[in-house]
Amino acid sequence: MREDSSTIVMGIDVAGAAGKADEGFIDPFGGTFAMTKGLIQEFGTSRVLDTPISETGFVGAGVGAAAAGLRPLVDMMFVGFIGVCGDQIFNNMAKMHYMFGGKVKLPITIQAQTAASGGNAAQHSETLYSIFAHFPGLKCVVPSDPYSAKGLQIAAMKDDDPVVIFQSTRLMGVNFDQHVPEEAYELPIGKSRIVKTGDDVTLIGIGTTTRTCIQAAESLAKQGYQAEVVDLLSVSPIDEETILSSISKTRKVVIVDEDYPKCSVASELSALSAEKAFDLLDAPPVRVTAPHASIPYSSVLEQLHFPSVETVTKACREILG
Amino acid sequence: MTKSQSSIPKDTLMWMYETLVLIRRFEEQAKREADQGRILGTHSAIGEEATPTGICAHLRDDDYVLGNHRSHHHCIAKGVDINEMMAELLGKATGTNKGKGGTMHIADATKGMLGANGVVGSNIPVATGCALSAKVQGKDNVSVVFFGDGASSQGSLHESMNLASIWNLPVLFVCENNRYAESTPFEYAVAGQSVANRAAGYGMPGVTVDGQNVIEVYEVAGEAVERARRGEGPTLIEAMTYRYHGHFGADNPRGYRTAEEQKYYEDKDCILYMEQFLIESGVATKERLEEIDNDAKAKVIKATQFAIDSPYPDPSELLSDVYIKYP
Repeated sequence: MREDSSTIVMGIDVAGAAGKADEGFIDPFGGTFAMTKGLIQEFGTSRVLDTPISETGFVGAGVGAAAAGLRPLVDMMFVGFIGVCGDQIFNNMAKMHYMFGGKVKLPITIQAQTAASGGNAAQHSETLYSIFAHFPGLKCVVPSDPYSAKGLQIAAMKDDDPVVIFQSTRLMGVNFDQHVPEEAYELPIGKSRIVKTGDDVTLIGIGTTTRTCIQAAESLAKQGYQAEVVDLLSVSPIDEETILSSISKTRKVVIVDEDYPKCSVASELSALSAEKAFDLLDAPPVRVTAPHASIPYSSVLEQLHFPSVETVTKACREILG
Repeated sequence: MTKSQSSIPKDTLMWMYETLVLIRRFEEQAKREADQGRILGTHSAIGEEATPTGICAHLRDDDYVLGNHRSHHHCIAKGVDINEMMAELLGKATGTNKGKGGTMHIADATKGMLGANGVVGSNIPVATGCALSAKVQGKDNVSVVFFGDGASSQGSLHESMNLASIWNLPVLFVCENNRYAESTPFEYAVAGQSVANRAAGYGMPGVTVDGQNVIEVYEVAGEAVERARRGEGPTLIEAMTYRYHGHFGADNPRGYRTAEEQKYYEDKDCILYMEQFLIESGVATKERLEEIDNDAKAKVIKATQFAIDSPYPDPSELLSDVYIKYP
């Protein structure tokens, strides 16, 4: 935002207490997850726009603002709210560049909160990557730790195409013990990274589940198996090269996705493995996902919904023999 | 009428007449192309020419217009090249959108036409965002979105009017009330029997205007555009109009409205009215107006020939423009 005055931020309570600065109320929320905290004090109300609860209106306005020369970051809060702004994302944001013959560019970033965390229940806990990744015209990235969160955020906001960033609620507040450089840097959109090397099995994680995979790999190491962990980072485009290269080494793949299983990114990665690495695989691709059920409230049930270290480890053991 | 005669520059009056006629002839030709099977039927704007003409007379190239599924008249009034438009209808590489958009998505950013849109009500928030861009950048350009009485029931309009009003954005919400959403009558679908009245709920002016009378539209739009440019916020305009043809190419409106009703509106035709106005006020002779009409017909024939002679897109275009950059 400091580099480019055309960058704006908009969404519900991206600062909060709109219009009450005179009464001393400034920036009480800074975003529902405090991700935009402090911005209004540096950039003011013309570039940090609190919106009414009006997703079709403000996501669509983000699209229009992008078409007319701004670079908006639009916070749609929980990804499940796609139900109240889907038309703007799927029919306008994803398609305008193509259907206008490439003559209008839309440098807009959408930020959406994902992942079951602490009893938010069915409508505030989903991930829904595949719905967005399904659409040509959208790029979709999923940070898995503070370092990738910063690098992908900057890359997304500098990208001239529409980008959706999925932010995991379950990773917030986790201590990663990781150095994040103070200066700006970008992670390339469309590139995965190997976060742990190994020869016995490839584990593919997405956002939250990358952490699960790393922990499962640690558990497997104690059992004498070396798992390689691929942190997907981008669900559209998918970094086929990194994935296939890892599979060619380990000859086994376990895909871990906390999204619903049907027609999911896990399905896509499984198909990719089967179609392009069939001859390299010693076992069929395995998917460890959420069940085909909405996300429950009770902590006992919620814990069962997303892939755990135990379920991932168990799935690996089954193909490792 | 006297006020209008004195206040509108002659050049503007003549531009408006030329535009009305050019739209009419273009739409007639588009229908012929459809009748000959060269293209699918389009959503004809015949009968509705006056609203965008009276409004776009106030606009500059850097002002934004956003349309809907029935948008050829918006495009022409905003200055989009009719050769490229006709080529787009025929799916040719020389089309406004390189043949990738077609009748419901015509766009030309260089003219500020940021697109027709096939989803009813979908462009209203987008137009609001264009106005936001102007405001954030401190520019005085304005944004205009055209939609029908059908779209007035979409939440997107209400959300956008609210946003535009609280942010005081330079946007004109223009409802072309042609009395039918597909076949559903306005009287059935719009509670309170007025779209313009809904402006009051959002703290902005709402004006109803005779959409068959380009002079009246021009006057009302002038005030709204000036308000927007001065930073005084949005306006909702409801232009009462009528489409002479069905909702789309193959639709026969006789299934939901009478010939008598249609004749009533055709007798109030916007071109006939303007011809009479220009002749009676001494701005133009009948002969001059005939010349303009002949000129429009020639331009449309030329556009059609340009489109027919143009190449289809290269197959590689299927996969270009999905992204600006894709690894």
